[in-house]
Amino acid sequence: MHELSLCQAIAGVVRPHAAGRRVEVVRVQVGALRQVVPESLSFCWTLVRDHQDMPGAELELELVTAEVLCRGCGRQSQIASRFSVCCPLCDSADVDVVRGEEFLVTSVDVT
Amino acid sequence: MGRFHRHDDGTEHSHEHSHEHGDDPDHEHGDHSGYTTGSQRIEVLEAIFSENDSRADVNRKAFENNGIRALNLMSSPGSGKTTILAATLDALAGELAVGVVEGDIATDLDAAKLQGRGAQISLLNTNNGFGGECHLDAPMVSRALAGLDLPALDLVIVENVGNLVCPAEFDVGEHAKAMVYSVTEGEDKPLKYPVMFRSVDLVLINKIDLVPYLDTDVDTYIARVRQVNPNATILPVSARTGTGMGPWYDWLRAFSAAR
Repeated sequence: MHELSLCQAIAGVVRPHAAGRRVEVVRVQVGALRQVVPESLSFCWTLVRDHQDMPGAELELELVTAEVLCRGCGRQSQIASRFSVCCPLCDSADVDVVRGEEFLVTSVDVT
Repeated sequence: MGRFHRHDDGTEHSHEHSHEHGDDPDHEHGDHSGYTTGSQRIEVLEAIFSENDSRADVNRKAFENNGIRALNLMSSPGSGKTTILAATLDALAGELAVGVVEGDIATDLDAAKLQGRGAQISLLNTNNGFGGECHLDAPMVSRALAGLDLPALDLVIVENVGNLVCPAEFDVGEHAKAMVYSVTEGEDKPLKYPVMFRSVDLVLINKIDLVPYLDTDVDTYIARVRQVNPNATILPVSARTGTGMGPWYDWLRAFSAAR
């Protein structure tokens, strides 16, 4: 819903690392539990990059599936549903999210 | 838009490959697969919310320097946030000095409802002329704090924009998050919006006076919240009749005293 401002934030993270060099690729990790729509993020990036002095910079999204560690049964598993973080093995909601909440710029390619 | 690839380790990638460069003669539309020689990869590993989060820390410090506790209050539109707040300001007037940051996409209708109840109100319209932001972020709340006399306050309540998605992603410098979830919204909402329901310390289940007219009950609502958030305090209330509001005021008193 706010992917346009997220793209501006991505550019804000990239800029100091690029330090004036041409940005070719921006790699972003998105966890499945973040409320980020990948298609929408990619589209918004094509609008934002030109205004952020990064024309042609390609956005590569790495989508990370969600995993929870259940305090109830002690097992770690991948969760398939986008709508629940409950342990798929015992249905407990008392879980720690191990993966799936990432939202970061991992690397950039510059020339 | 993007092309998605699934890798052996379960991760997926999307490469956005649209080339919308108009008639730029200098641009090469060739093979990009090699990313040309001479390109250099720089490790970044930086959270995209880091700018917001550092501004949120500044807000939190400003609250703490003034002995204030701050609560971020979220909900869907029409859940009764403003009605709850109006009753709350009346109940706590003369006891706690409350400031409200009132976030709204447009209009001062909510701020007007909260005026004259003994609290300081700072209105924050998120509409910048190009459609409003769907949430409050830390820099916006920072601007709104200029409209409050912080040294005179005990408690600041940030009434976020009505929305079950975006506000959950943005730390505004609060010490706790609460949400209003009314019994007319459907009991499936915690499962549909788990990020927000998981993020909060307190859920007010509002409009319980309407339960006789609905095909549901409060216990079902509580059970659905528990499914995604086993630890939150859950308080059933009716802002309209006042039922259950006492425990909410007590929660606020204890929260404010924890500074």
